Amino acid sequence: MRLTPVNLLFEDSRPGRRTVRTPGADRSLATAGLPREELREKPVAWPEMGELDLVRHFTRLSQRNYAISTNFYPLGSCTMKYNPLVNEAIAGQGAWSGLHPLQDDSSVQGALKVMHDLAADLGEATGLPGVTLHPAAGAHGELTALMVLRAWLDEQGEDKRRTILIPDSAHGTNPASCTLAGFKVVSVKSDDMGLTDMDDLRTHLGDHVAGMMITNPNTLGLFEDNIAEICELIHQTGGKVYMDGANFNAIMGIARPGDFGIDMMHLNLHKTMSTPHGGGGPGSGPICVTEELTKYLPTPAVVKTNGKYRLRTPEASIGRVRAFHGNFMVLLRAYSYVKRLGAIGIRRVAENAVLNANYLRVKVRDHWRVPHDRICMHEFVARPTMEMREAGIHTMDVAKRLMELGYHPPTVYFPLVINEAIMAEPTETESRETLDGFAEAMIQVAKEAIAGEEFLHAAPRNMPVTRVDEAKAVKNPNLRYQHEA
Amino acid sequence: MPYIQNSDADREAMLAEVGVGSVRELFDSLPQDQLLDRDLAIDPGLNEEQLQRHLANLGAENTPAAGACFLGGGFYDHAWPALVDHLMQRTEFLTSYTPYQPECSQGTLQWIYEFQTMIADLCGCEVANASMYDGASAAAEAALMAMNATGRSKVVVSAGMHPHARATIMTYLKHIDAEVVEAPLKNGVTDWGDLVDDQTAAVMVQQPNYLGNVESMAPVVAIAKAVKAYSVASIYPVSMGLLKSPGEQGFDIVVGDGQSLGVPLGYGGPSFGFFAASLKAVRKLPGRLVGISEDTEGKRAFTLAFQTREQHIRREKATSNICTNNALIALRGCMHMAALGPEGLEEVACVSRQRALEMVGILKQAGFSRAFPDAAFFNEVAFRADSEDQVLQFKRALKDEGLFGVIPMGRDYPGMEDVFTMACTERTLPEDLIRLGRIAATVLQQEVAR
Repeated sequence: MRLTPVNLLFEDSRPGRRTVRTPGADRSLATAGLPREELREKPVAWPEMGELDLVRHFTRLSQRNYAISTNFYPLGSCTMKYNPLVNEAIAGQGAWSGLHPLQDDSSVQGALKVMHDLAADLGEATGLPGVTLHPAAGAHGELTALMVLRAWLDEQGEDKRRTILIPDSAHGTNPASCTLAGFKVVSVKSDDMGLTDMDDLRTHLGDHVAGMMITNPNTLGLFEDNIAEICELIHQTGGKVYMDGANFNAIMGIARPGDFGIDMMHLNLHKTMSTPHGGGGPGSGPICVTEELTKYLPTPAVVKTNGKYRLRTPEASIGRVRAFHGNFMVLLRAYSYVKRLGAIGIRRVAENAVLNANYLRVKVRDHWRVPHDRICMHEFVARPTMEMREAGIHTMDVAKRLMELGYHPPTVYFPLVINEAIMAEPTETESRETLDGFAEAMIQVAKEAIAGEEFLHAAPRNMPVTRVDEAKAVKNPNLRYQHEA
Repeated sequence: MPYIQNSDADREAMLAEVGVGSVRELFDSLPQDQLLDRDLAIDPGLNEEQLQRHLANLGAENTPAAGACFLGGGFYDHAWPALVDHLMQRTEFLTSYTPYQPECSQGTLQWIYEFQTMIADLCGCEVANASMYDGASAAAEAALMAMNATGRSKVVVSAGMHPHARATIMTYLKHIDAEVVEAPLKNGVTDWGDLVDDQTAAVMVQQPNYLGNVESMAPVVAIAKAVKAYSVASIYPVSMGLLKSPGEQGFDIVVGDGQSLGVPLGYGGPSFGFFAASLKAVRKLPGRLVGISEDTEGKRAFTLAFQTREQHIRREKATSNICTNNALIALRGCMHMAALGPEGLEEVACVSRQRALEMVGILKQAGFSRAFPDAAFFNEVAFRADSEDQVLQFKRALKDEGLFGVIPMGRDYPGMEDVFTMACTERTLPEDLIRLGRIAATVLQQEVAR
């Protein structure tokens, strides 16, 4: 990792330096006819950089990052699998990247076929045939699905059903999306096994319930054994069941949510279908719904008639949740991924993801506390043992020490139901040796913790910066460079 | 199997370690009646060569507009330097994720800080976030933030905002007791009338508007300020090379779509949305923010800031549900803005407008006049034809000659069936403008002949 600091662009800016030049600009010609009061008086204060320095700047910044391509990145719930490079080669071609979103349908038949066939494959994989590729990310898909639910409730004349039940282990986006869609959230407890507490669930049922949002496998990496019964209970009470598909990687080709009673779910194509989302996006969060709910999906959808593909608006569509047709270039990569894998390859993804997670769990369980130590799905949650805690070591210390040893830490302090949680998701694309190496690092850290090694509190010591004071960034906010006046 | 490295021998050894006899046994604890008892009905997998061939065949069924594109409507065919494509593909950028762990994510965090600075400067605001999904959803989030900040529920939206942005605002606000009122257009620009009142949370305008016309911005701020409502502007970044930023004019929130900053047309996405506001509003901002702090040795260090606004901490009380944003595309924007610099942006803006002025002259000569001659335009122009049929005929005639243009306005603006827009950029070729004139003349002559 590159240790020496990289100046800010603004610090390296020098008047008169240029990278892009566009000949023929004539300000007086260009401003003729524009109202003077709307004209800019001084140029935008962007940096002035020569090309080589700019290339070095961003190359050096890239060297100050951990990434899947540099080493193991077991960030739980994020499915940080290998992003196939062939998909980048395909997406780089002008036949795709050069399409304007308002071109007529006849000139984008290839793109529409990609969307049409991807939707069909996602519908088959989830058992939920109504698919929209419109939402931009998982949370956007949640919001879209909740709006679909509202449209369905409205049509039923159900204006009292405004409560959504959500297990306490859920991702934070679930309750946040509910608020945006005008629903109230009631939290359902987890039981000793880490699953939805059925007794607690029953106490919350009634004609105020619009539905339930459930993550399956859940954020503890456990399959909700009672999922069929949960769906039945919610249906009996008059609601719909939404599944957060963040963890679909574990069950692709093994089980289909539509078959166990789910009414709607989203997929995170940027996780499950391997599309790159460096630094935090772009995502793509298609939602898949039952036949009954299909007519409410957002616009547009791709349909095929007489061998031609075209865009159209579903009958009772909730409308738009963004511009144009979805994150098409992400969809294209996901399509390539699905076509490369095929039905068997998709199942192998789930099998190997689950095997890798269990292998890692078994490797570390004698040194870490694994609260739900049984066969898990694609990820598992561990926490420091009592001995480690007594030595004053917290999960954050562990995360920072793992960095020193060359690994991106797992997700920490989530799910909230496990104190000091450390949640590891290896994904199917990692080799046995990589998992062995990481397990050894985890064990080493556990031993260091018990031995009371002081350096754990000082970790990381070999990164570009030592431990960062995150609170200070809020106390004295510095969210942008201040140019000298 | 594609992308799976472990061999059968590896799997055998690993299964033994886990203590199960087969991969299938790993799924034994699942309710067996819920498991799929067949293969998915998805085509068998292709190898890499077959895949590339398959996609090449599909790609041949597209005719990309890029390079011969007079279509605008929010996405414009601008150029970007090769370094953007190349550096974005560095896998250290490409395959990282949200920088939750600052010490091993300084690269991502620093470029986001630089991005925030350049976007804030573009908008004329104090702060900007780390990106949104797109311009339309950023506009919807701006309406939500204004409602949240003012405690009011009425949003007045200019009919000149992008139809997709207006539709997105409608969808977002439909279920939370909000009222969306559209301010109509008069002579191609917004007529606010007396729609803004003391119940109004936000007054929203787009610069330039969907018809390509330049709006009067100062009055919007005045109207909003008079009733303590938030003024919100959605901007086309390239236009800021010539036009005054809304922040300078006193707008509270500035949003937009970053496609024109180095992002391929890509059939409409992903681009990135941006969101800028004043520092005092920072705790109500949606999305991620990066700030500067220091490490234990006092060295400058970048980190996520104000995470307590966000859904992973605040859950149902969060300012927004956004989690994954469009970072990788915002990185393109960051590199492109730095490559342009202040003069580069102004040049692109000038040449785009100069080409549009030439287009207006050429089409006027052919017989298409501007639909709103009293309004000023930037690089996109509304023209009036004799009829809706003629609009479509012109569109087809362009396509037959390998040019893409003509966005009919009738679908989004009833009564404007005979109006269409055309946009130019610095990539517009002078010879294409000449062809454009010839094609227009032919279409109009045919009409006369009939």
